[in-house]
Amino acid sequence: MDDKPDGRNDNPASVGRRDLMIGATLATAPFAKAATAQVTATQEGMTGRTEVSLTVNGEAKRLSLDPRASLLDTLREELALTGAKKGCDHGQCGACTVHLDGRRIASCLTLAVQADGCAVTTIEGVSPEDGSLHPMQQAFIDHDALQCGYCTPGQIMAAIACVREGHVGNADEIREYMSGNLCRCGAYAGILAAIQDAASKMRAG
Amino acid sequence: MRPFTYARAGDEAAAIRAVSSGGRGTRFLAGGTTLYDLMKLGAEAPERLVDISALPGLASFDTAGPRELVFGAGARMSDVAADSRLVAEYPALSESLWKAASQQLRNMASLGGNLLQRTRCAYFRGGEPFACNKRTPGSGCAAREGIDRGHAVLGGSEACIATYPGDWAVALVAFDAVVDVAGPNGARTIPLQALHREPGTTPEVETSLARDEMILRIRVPATPLGRASTYHKIRDRESYAFALASAAVALWMEGDVVREARIALGGLATRPWRAQEAEAGLVGRPLTLEAARAAGEAALRNARPGHHNAFRIELGTRTVAEALLIAQRRA
Ligand SMILES: Cc1cc2nc3c(=O)[nH]c(=O)nc-3n(C[C@H](O)[C@H](O)[C@H](O)COP(=O)(O)OP(=O)(O)OC[C@H]3O[C@@H](n4cnc5c(N)ncnc54)[C@H](O)[C@@H]3O)c2cc1C
Ligand code: SF4
Ligand code: FES
Ligand code: FES
Repeated sequence: MDDKPDGRNDNPASVGRRDLMIGATLATAPFAKAATAQVTATQEGMTGRTEVSLTVNGEAKRLSLDPRASLLDTLREELALTGAKKGCDHGQCGACTVHLDGRRIASCLTLAVQADGCAVTTIEGVSPEDGSLHPMQQAFIDHDALQCGYCTPGQIMAAIACVREGHVGNADEIREYMSGNLCRCGAYAGILAAIQDAASKMRAG
Repeated sequence: MRPFTYARAGDEAAAIRAVSSGGRGTRFLAGGTTLYDLMKLGAEAPERLVDISALPGLASFDTAGPRELVFGAGARMSDVAADSRLVAEYPALSESLWKAASQQLRNMASLGGNLLQRTRCAYFRGGEPFACNKRTPGSGCAAREGIDRGHAVLGGSEACIATYPGDWAVALVAFDAVVDVAGPNGARTIPLQALHREPGTTPEVETSLARDEMILRIRVPATPLGRASTYHKIRDRESYAFALASAAVALWMEGDVVREARIALGGLATRPWRAQEAEAGLVGRPLTLEAARAAGEAALRNARPGHHNAFRIELGTRTVAEALLIAQRRA
């Protein structure tokens, strides 16, 4: 895209990162969605924190956040889930892809406060309890669908959603519906093959 | 990023009240894919955000009505793009959505927010040290003497030549859509054609909406022209890019002869651009390759090139011609 914002990468959470680290996330009490859905999550005053409840990879989390924090920074810096990557921070690369209530989204352009009451799934949450890999993870290995691996968690989260959405009818459809995930290493051929392979296994399993 | 407070609205009326009473720095927040993005760049700096993304009533849409299609402003692009009736009966509307952004973004982005997305002009997004009248009124326009490859060839002014980047509004304008909006003083209906402004001397004023007016829904009159329609989008790469040129076209054919034609241009103008002269020139004649080309030329007749974007006049001409032939095959 020719609208790349000349290298600027303001990190909203970094402003109060220390504070955030302190104010955050020791609690993991179960909070039902109903209990928080109606919350008008505001605190007046510019330094206000906002209480946010998320279910992350099946675990309930309660956080006190600067409203500026993205879901991506929250996952990475508050919850130490560093699988989702920051490539661009502007919705342009797909490295930060996670599932929000089952749908793939760009976590860099999602305010964490907006995800209040929602279920988040990250790459850390896709493999079964028994320690084996998700069929999509295995397929990425089998088809050599990565080089540096930076885009891979986002690719896999997008690919799992792509299969579930039913957008894997043919190679062109997969390319179209995976176009939101850029791979600087150009592993696209392997990624396509991995998705085709995993799609049949996901349907079978 | 400037600090802000965040509140989730309970319903539409409460959202309007909150934005209205909150004052100048208070804004609606839907998917955030435009607003939050621009906040990170300092091009937007709201003090208060009123989140309307979880309002259940706002997200519904109905494409089955006999008289009109109704789209709640909160409906997500991905859900609407996949609507089977839209795909079959109004392919241009569906295509304008699925050919935009990525599936991740379409899952987040709302139809109302989409209409109000802001330009991708790199000087506007980048800010300092570049002058930008849209970002800082009166500061000048860096694009005029800078890289204007993606800038508008239609509807620009001395003050600003920023392209309106959206696709959905272009398809809607071809179908004579209207938007229902509500503010503290009541509701009104605006033709989509009258929603976006040309920059003139005030490029920072982009629409005819007041700050505290909320888009509730978009309505499209039902029409048999929907079937023979397309949204043809030409980009630097095949997918996940803004239009270098695009055309929304819809036809009503009687045999070989055009009874009615709709043409709107995207990616080329400062606002969604209806090309009525080009439409009129097609009516009553067979739609030949030459006629399609002539319509493309008519649509771009008033285009004015800058330094690096002249190629998009010919590209736009051909995009219109090709779109007409695609739509004709669907008739
Ligand atoms: C990488 C990238 C690529 C993209 N590619 C394309 C593309 O190819 N084609 C395309 O068309 N778009 C594209 N987009 C733009 C995207 O479609 C828009 O950002 C999105 O549709 C905006 O919707 P939103 O719900 O996220 O709006 P928000 O960002 O929440 O809001 C946008 C603006 O609208 C206002 N607003 C929102 N809802 C309402 C309402 N109901 N009433 C009144 N005001 C409201 C907000 O106050 C804000 O000013 C792209 C975006 C990105 C980041
Ligand atoms: S074209 Fe418009 S948005 Fe871009 S720099 Fe000039 S004034 Fe700003
Ligand atoms: S980091 Fe979110 S899309 Fe690039
Ligand atoms: S594997 Fe390196 S960016 Fe994709």
